[in-house]
Amino acid sequence: MQLSLENISKSFGTHRVLDAITVDFPKVHSLALIGPSGGGKSTLLRIIAGLEIPDTGNLSINNELVNFHKETALREHRRHIGVVFQAFNLFPHLSALENLMLPLEKVHGFVREAACEAAFAALRRFRLEKHAHKKPGELSGGQKQRVAIARAVAIKPRLLLFDEPTSALDPEMTAEVLDMIEELKEEGRDLIVVTHEMGFARVVADKVVFLADGKILEIGNPEEIFQNPQTETCRAFLSRVLKY
Amino acid sequence: MQPQQSPSFAWKALSFLAALALLALIFSFSFYHLAYRWNWRGVWIYRQKFLQGWLVTIVLSSCALFVSTAIGALFALARRSRFLPLRYFSRIYVEVIRGTPLLVQILIFFYVVADAFAIENRYVVGVLTLSVFSGAYISEVIRAGIESIGASQLESARAIGLTHAQTLRYVIFPQAIRQILPPLAGQFASLIKDSSLLSIIGINEFALNAQEVNSYTYSTLESFLPLALGYLILTLPISLWTQSLETRHRFET
Repeated sequence: MQLSLENISKSFGTHRVLDAITVDFPKVHSLALIGPSGGGKSTLLRIIAGLEIPDTGNLSINNELVNFHKETALREHRRHIGVVFQAFNLFPHLSALENLMLPLEKVHGFVREAACEAAFAALRRFRLEKHAHKKPGELSGGQKQRVAIARAVAIKPRLLLFDEPTSALDPEMTAEVLDMIEELKEEGRDLIVVTHEMGFARVVADKVVFLADGKILEIGNPEEIFQNPQTETCRAFLSRVLKY
Repeated sequence: MQPQQSPSFAWKALSFLAALALLALIFSFSFYHLAYRWNWRGVWIYRQKFLQGWLVTIVLSSCALFVSTAIGALFALARRSRFLPLRYFSRIYVEVIRGTPLLVQILIFFYVVADAFAIENRYVVGVLTLSVFSGAYISEVIRAGIESIGASQLESARAIGLTHAQTLRYVIFPQAIRQILPPLAGQFASLIKDSSLLSIIGINEFALNAQEVNSYTYSTLESFLPLALGYLILTLPISLWTQSLETRHRFET
């Protein structure tokens, strides 16, 4: 995909979360956003997802400018992006299958049977079919995240966004979920991941962006960033995160 | 520690009877102390009046329930509206209605408002007054139910591209209903009992009929105990029905 951010800024009250973010990727498949907490990674991801409106700046994906000023245009943009949050993705009153069917039926205009089939196929593809009729309350954290990913994928999005998808999971479930994301990357899907899992970022990402205090401090290939960080902030961050 | 086993049916039945027996004991002692001469036959003659009154109460309460739920839902949404005058209007409505006695509201509605709007039929006035009264309480119940849905769910709904209306219908409402039903049923039971106050404007409902029988027969307890029983017959099933609904819609959040 082509991704370009031009002068994106966002403040919450007096706190400037993103400061004139400008970056241009003519062709990137998977992008990892890393950095210290509070650095603006999630906010940036949410802006790309169309869930947050930047104070200034332009965003274009696949050479299409995202129109932040019209809610209808923004909603249309959101419909073609699959987002997976850290937690609470699924609706607790619906089963896994129904959770997948809801966007297909109500947003993308599928007929009920077609939605059911597509939803089931997505679950089967990720070996989740035996959980189809369970409610989220009956699933483990890893299973819930995988169902959430399946839901994001089922709508055949142009882009997949992951906001710290494994931060709330234990190591075993983390591996389950990361495996699934890697599978998606191998399939050729475009994705952006905000993560603290450096090993994962190394394996999955084409490009890594290091964000701290609302500014992009480093951009590069995983090997460049992890082996040879240019800035002191990045070096300090990596040494803390990779310590254990 | 041993896992707790569900108590046997025999023990549950026995405990229930023991509880009833204790209550019966307390009441019989109170009545015995009164040395009252019961006059059930005198009251039995008027059984038709009781039945009629009871039916009128059912009809009034049912109508008021529908209208008040509609009013409650409207004001609950208005309370969250972005249009400020509407939001404040519903706030004032709720605070004033909940803060004043139904008795006063009935009198004002009947003698002032109905007169001004030339509503002739006192039954219509009765239903409207009850609905406006109950609607205020219901709107708070519905609002609390809607607001209990976590913000993360609204975010999720936004992320998959649902409109506000769709979010309300497919995400908020099904979950809110679980929160709303128990207090709503409680409100219906209150409504049925509150309808007894409509007797002051001469509506021929259950309580008024019981009062009339009392004035014919001077048998106060025999007139009013059936009244209590009649209301209990209406409110008890509602309570049991809600409990079964609660269990059916149960899920973990």
